[in-house]
Amino acid sequence: MDAFIVISLIKIAVVAFVLLTAVAYLQWVERKVIAHIQLRMGPYRVGPHGLLQPLADVIKLITKEDMMPSYVNKPLYLFAPFIAVCMALLSIAVIPFGPTITVFGYQTNMQLTDLNIGVLYILAASSMGVYGIALAGWASNNKYALLGGLRSSAQMISYELPMALAIASPLLVSNTLSLKELVGTQSGNILHWNILHGPFPQIIAFLIFLIAGFAETNRVPFDLPEAENELVAGFHTEYSSMKFASFFMAEYLNMVTVSSMATLLFLGGWEAPWPAAYGSNLIPSAIFLVAGLTALYHAANPARKMDKYTLPVFGIVFLGIAGLFLLPLVQSWLLPLFWFCAKTGVILFFFMWVRATLPRFRYDQLMGFAWKFLFPVAMLNLLVTSFLVAWFS
Amino acid sequence: MDVILFLIFAIIAVVSAINVVVQTHPISSAVSLIGVMGSLAVLYLLLGAEFIAAAQVIVYAGAVMVLFIFVILLLNAGAETKRGRSFMVQLLGVPLLIALLGLLVFFVDRLFPRSVTVHFGGFSGGSAQAVGRALFTTYLLPFEVTSILILIAILGAIVLARKELD
Repeated sequence: MDAFIVISLIKIAVVAFVLLTAVAYLQWVERKVIAHIQLRMGPYRVGPHGLLQPLADVIKLITKEDMMPSYVNKPLYLFAPFIAVCMALLSIAVIPFGPTITVFGYQTNMQLTDLNIGVLYILAASSMGVYGIALAGWASNNKYALLGGLRSSAQMISYELPMALAIASPLLVSNTLSLKELVGTQSGNILHWNILHGPFPQIIAFLIFLIAGFAETNRVPFDLPEAENELVAGFHTEYSSMKFASFFMAEYLNMVTVSSMATLLFLGGWEAPWPAAYGSNLIPSAIFLVAGLTALYHAANPARKMDKYTLPVFGIVFLGIAGLFLLPLVQSWLLPLFWFCAKTGVILFFFMWVRATLPRFRYDQLMGFAWKFLFPVAMLNLLVTSFLVAWFS
Repeated sequence: MDVILFLIFAIIAVVSAINVVVQTHPISSAVSLIGVMGSLAVLYLLLGAEFIAAAQVIVYAGAVMVLFIFVILLLNAGAETKRGRSFMVQLLGVPLLIALLGLLVFFVDRLFPRSVTVHFGGFSGGSAQAVGRALFTTYLLPFEVTSILILIAILGAIVLARKELD
């Protein structure tokens, strides 16, 4: 019992630290990705390749003056950012990053807790997250904030339906609500992932889930709650300093949750695309080897002045990671972690890619799309899936 | 541990429920109601009904209350003005409340024998599988009748909304 508590506390500390750092760096990655898509450099001044930019941002946000506008509803105004970030953090508790592993002779899951209603838990946490935004919009006592909060709650209610229906169909195929068992049913090779697995490949459900996920996280092209040309900054217009940062963090945490949910439900979680017997355990090493060699090549032919010094370091770090993946001692937990992070990362990259390329919807288009297209398609997909699952089982 | 958690969340539920009535602003009342729903979900969870607890949060605390808050935001309802209570309320309010509570205690004491106590986590039919099986075998008819009822309500809402347009 004591060992369980200690291990759980260590896991919580590690997951919280890694998650919050990842969220801070996600912002850096997003700025870099969008910058490169638009043929710009992105953050470059703070640290090598702007790598210390998130740190600078955090310091800036903490030390900024914390404004409290007059005429706000104080309790709810203070409560709203808190609830937004809390509900976003809660979901990570049930997300499994890997299988059961043995550390110093003690067996533990690479997951904070394995609930047998894990999927419902995440749905519950995300449905409670709406309050953060809706109450922030109302408590700010500002017409733009109110409109942003209204839009956001309407949008989240509407898109929760197709999202829940899209989640239900892979659950029917896997026949479990526990996220850990869900991945267990998708092991083997890429053909066993729910997105391709028979009796009915869940590719439609995957697309619906992603689209609804964009809307649930208020991301482009569904970022109407903060459409700056109409609503200034939407629901967080009146927030400053760390309270503003909480909404920002909540948005990125929700992005991470949606991406990992898509990975777990449709893309086989931490499972490799094909068995290790055919060499899938060499893929991470190969990827980092190529990355390291590319960095070293560019260090030899520097395009910019500092590249001579920074790129060799990156190259050596990448080569070191490539070597790390070959050690049999750490392979058992590093490989699942790699596949989980790689799949989640690809979806997160997709989020950024879409943000850099697509314009915003009009409000009536947004609602019409959810109710007249996404909802019926999700319903039809669920019907066909349940029929085929019943037929073949 | 279970008893402590039960007491904490039972107190939160009761205090929030009283707060729903006491608050003058609809938003504050709605937020208190969310508190009631949330603590009820925890109480279900303590008893071992995890599916009901999740459904309570998703449906009541999540969907229903979001709609309440949405409507309050949309109408931008202000705080209600307190008018003086009538003479009858002032005279009979407290005695009637005490009588009601006394009756409740009396009936609970009579209907539920003291020998049967509540076991936290003792309810085993609370998993999603058990609830699903019960819904589609034992309670199939009430379940389907309820869904027809909801369908009729949706149709009614559409008919009413269309009338408004013409």
